[in-house]
Amino acid sequence: MATRRNMLLGGAVLSAMAVAGCTSNETPTNTPQVKDGDGNNPNVQPGKTVTIGFSAPAADHGWIAAITNNAKAQAGTFKDVVFKPVEAGKDAAAQRAALEALISQKPDVIVLLPHDGKELNAFGLKAMEAGIPVVNLDRAFPDPLAYRCQIKGDNYGMGVAAGHYIGKAMRAKNIASPIIGEIAGMDELELTQERSAGFKAALATYGFTVANRRAARFTADTGQREAQNLLQALPKMDAVWNHDDDQGIGVLAAVAAANRSEFLMVGGAGSKKAIEDIASDKTVLKATVTYSPSMASSAISLARLIGQSRGMADLVELQVPKEIILASETITKDNAATYVKLGF
Amino acid sequence: MTTARNLPVSWMRNVAWTRNLALVGVLIVLFVVGALIRPDLYSDADWVVNNTLVILQHSAAIGVVTVGMTFVIIGGGIDLSVGALIALAGVWSTTVATQSFGPGGMIFCALAVGIGAGLVNGILVAYGKLVPFIATLAMLVAARGLAAQISGKQTQISGDQFINGLARTRILGVPTLVVILIVVAGLGWVLLNRTTFGRRTVAIGGNAEAARLAGINIRRHTMLLYALSGLCCGIAAVMLTSLATSSQAAAAELYELDAIAAAIIGGTLLSGGRGTIVGSMIGVVVFSTITNLFAIANLPTEVQNMVKGGIIVVAVLVQQLQFRLKKRT
Repeated sequence: MATRRNMLLGGAVLSAMAVAGCTSNETPTNTPQVKDGDGNNPNVQPGKTVTIGFSAPAADHGWIAAITNNAKAQAGTFKDVVFKPVEAGKDAAAQRAALEALISQKPDVIVLLPHDGKELNAFGLKAMEAGIPVVNLDRAFPDPLAYRCQIKGDNYGMGVAAGHYIGKAMRAKNIASPIIGEIAGMDELELTQERSAGFKAALATYGFTVANRRAARFTADTGQREAQNLLQALPKMDAVWNHDDDQGIGVLAAVAAANRSEFLMVGGAGSKKAIEDIASDKTVLKATVTYSPSMASSAISLARLIGQSRGMADLVELQVPKEIILASETITKDNAATYVKLGF
Repeated sequence: MTTARNLPVSWMRNVAWTRNLALVGVLIVLFVVGALIRPDLYSDADWVVNNTLVILQHSAAIGVVTVGMTFVIIGGGIDLSVGALIALAGVWSTTVATQSFGPGGMIFCALAVGIGAGLVNGILVAYGKLVPFIATLAMLVAARGLAAQISGKQTQISGDQFINGLARTRILGVPTLVVILIVVAGLGWVLLNRTTFGRRTVAIGGNAEAARLAGINIRRHTMLLYALSGLCCGIAAVMLTSLATSSQAAAAELYELDAIAAAIIGGTLLSGGRGTIVGSMIGVVVFSTITNLFAIANLPTEVQNMVKGGIIVVAVLVQQLQFRLKKRT
């Protein structure tokens, strides 16, 4: 009996050793989205050294991973920036604790993507009161006193961009009453509601409505499941907007498995894979609307300028503006080559 | 009078079949509701056949996990780590290094990771004397963390045509993933009902002390139950990778709750000692059918979750009612 047990355990250990060698993940890493120095821009000139504290939630999703990578890479392009990232932990409380420790190190500026803007609002106030300007990245603080500058994406605008792309495409095809599907992300998030509201509003300007809306969980497996059900519910479809390119991998897998190609699909966020798919024009994915993590790179540049009391060189104002909202851009086959460097 | 009092007894003898028939009744009701909501679709026989296969394909990965979960619960335990183990096995088997070994290497890796992690669960519970809830909860957190570490928090695309093809091919008109589920569930049924291993599982879950006195090596058996659950997670990981043509650390979210819920509405007793593979499988199909029906009716996900919650509560209430009747007779 003991021999059998030993064999079992021995086999398990050997298997574990064998698979342990398979964790190498030398994928061709995505190029970080950085803005290199432009010789004519006076802000390229090194200034006072600025220590930038940075915090973003731990990533289980490509977009958040790209945020942290971009921030780090952009900081690396400046000789006058010291980059101090802190782990954000698993929730707002953990992030608050990590940030408290960061304040004690007295960075010149803090760039922060909070777990939740409302929950971290008090921290923003505290840092600002301590004389440390805060650059809020994407998840707004409700209190304007809690940040010096805010840079964020436009969720409503994403929906609008996707709606207009589909609306125009349907008009161009002379489809009077198109059947339009929607695969949203996590429905409990405000950003998902904003995206859907923008999509609905834009479609309404063409007199179109969404025939069926499913909500996935920003993952490929849930995207596949919801898409497969959506395809069953709509045996004929003219267009579908999928909110997120990561879950879009699963959506495209479901579409391919069902052998469906009568409709066009628009993605969301602007992942490298999606942009490549759009450029190759071999799938139903014809466009994606951006919500680019490049904003993290820009946030670092803004933090540097704030720390050096400089403004944005192209603008008249001598200081960095209080708010910047990125426009959601539409990537199609025609401009994919321009955008592929921004894919994440 | 006597006949009336005896009725519950005869009913109890066939309680598993009664419950399974009730679940089949639920499936029929769901079908009728669907036909009333979308008669345009349900009147098309081809569509109905295709939709049934889609529902079964949705049941495939979670069904395989539920087979393992049913064994663990019957044996008196619980495995909260199954979703995380699927994510870990999926991510590990789709790294660039593993994919270079081809489909055989990927499948071996997924199964080995599943069994390995399941064994760790089993050793912690059986030999470390940790409460299953805590041991597998710890594994849930750790496995998700390791999966995020290995994947670099990115979605890993599977470039393997064999693996990806599993979700697109059919065997005798039946989707390959459904065939895999049928094979796993069939083997599970044989293991539970026709082998000493199965009888020992029921004995340990029913009364561990009595089983120990009867000479059963409870520790080793418990460890093997968790390894079996891990193996099922490894198989499910391959299936999910095939469906989504990718893996990521956040995949198979809340699969543990879906598997436990399916086992429970299928008649598996949470305290152990009783349960059937057939019941669990019908439970899985009921949940997949609800998801499918809500999509077809274009109803929001939150309502769907409320209905699922209601079904679980009703199933547990029925279990308690059966218990009370059993005690009374």
